[in-house]
Amino acid sequence: MKVSEIPQDNIKTMQGEKKALYALDERGNYTRSTTSGWEAEEVVLTQVIDDFREKAREAAHRVRKKETSPIECFMYRRWMDPLTLAQAMGLYCWQVKRHFKPRVFERLGDKTLNEYARIFGVTVDALKNFPEED
Amino acid sequence: MADTRPMEHRQYAHCESGVVTALLRNKGLDLSEPMVFGITGGLTFAYLPFIKITNLPIIAYRMFPGSIIRGAVKNLAVDFKTKRYRDKREALAELTRLVDGGTAVGLQTSVYWLPYFPPEMRFQFNAHNLIVYGREGEEFLVSDPVFEHTVRIKTDDLQNARFAKGTLAPKGFIYYPIRVIPSVDFRAVIRKSIKRTVHMMLYAPMPFIGIKGIRCLARRIERLDPRKDAKAVRLFLGHIVRMQEEIGTGGGGFRFMYAAFLQEAGQLLDSPPLGEASRMMTEAGDMWRLFALACARVCKSKTADFNLGEIAELLRKCAAQEKLVYLLLKNSPLPKSSSAPAGPC
Repeated sequence: MKVSEIPQDNIKTMQGEKKALYALDERGNYTRSTTSGWEAEEVVLTQVIDDFREKAREAAHRVRKKETSPIECFMYRRWMDPLTLAQAMGLYCWQVKRHFKPRVFERLGDKTLNEYARIFGVTVDALKNFPEED
Repeated sequence: MADTRPMEHRQYAHCESGVVTALLRNKGLDLSEPMVFGITGGLTFAYLPFIKITNLPIIAYRMFPGSIIRGAVKNLAVDFKTKRYRDKREALAELTRLVDGGTAVGLQTSVYWLPYFPPEMRFQFNAHNLIVYGREGEEFLVSDPVFEHTVRIKTDDLQNARFAKGTLAPKGFIYYPIRVIPSVDFRAVIRKSIKRTVHMMLYAPMPFIGIKGIRCLARRIERLDPRKDAKAVRLFLGHIVRMQEEIGTGGGGFRFMYAAFLQEAGQLLDSPPLGEASRMMTEAGDMWRLFALACARVCKSKTADFNLGEIAELLRKCAAQEKLVYLLLKNSPLPKSSSAPAGPC
């Protein structure tokens, strides 16, 4: 790839930042240059973010119907799946999935709730009192 | 320490090679990032269907986290002090002591906890490397090699980032060079590291590493069934590109970085075949970009009538092109080490 061919698509996900990369200058020598992002990169990133957003919306709906706990919704909002969340919490995956059950969630100890709140970057209150509206 | 220069921030293409390059430069060993990447044997391809992140397999375009540091120790005879911690407070106390004493250190961190990253990028990825070079009150001064400018981070955030749990958990990993040898025989080192990379890419005994790994992934793509679950196919293809772009360095970036290494090595060793290998590797990088573009098109398409055979074919072209590069490197003997050690420039 030549320096003149480096994509400069100003993609949203990079928020105006630039990334460094190596490309050929006009004399055929490699040089360090920068890019404001590539559209292909944005497409695949938006794809996974949209997937998580959809899962979070759908989970929020189920939280209000008392079919799951807020933990599942916050998990998707922070781009995680049950296994990743379990690893971040230092728990087994089945434990995290069990915490999705509203009845189990209601009886969770402060220590576990605090740890979930820390990982999600929210207060324990926000975790316990899931809003009825978005 | 008399041989330590004041920290100067530079932007690099990849976090680990960037941190190691910057730390070595700071210590008086001035190499380019591609040189460090090449010498430490950073290039690879691995498709690991049995290790999953968010339910999708790991596809690595470079060696596992930590290998560039280990490679620098092994191939450049640099002494790195490395340490992991059980105790968070001990880790913080030691970091504070080091940076207050003027030592710039490399840290392994989790992107999820770094507030200066764009929110869309903050996934649970535990192997991001950065440099801490100073402290002002409760904030640490950070030179993050993938950012244009230096940043700051609060102690709490840094502690969270250093002690995130999960795959590749950093456990507070800290590293800094304590001794460098500027008179390394670069000819011998380059020869050895190219040989090792070539051997791995061509003859790794497992079917998911190197050229075989690329072909293995191509077969996997062909076996996907868009009629059964078009969304899953899109997510899988998107995932391959994300592993290449976002966790990588942009558009087959590691291939371009290796091409840059081969070019520099060719000039240093005065070896035309290395220059030729560099040009061919550049073509391989361009092919990876075409493959990424094709995958992105599928991700964007609303219909399920995309041709997976064509995409697999693009991937096989990457494999074929890379194979040519490695065979050329294998069959062109490089000059043996010279009597006088050559400098890096």
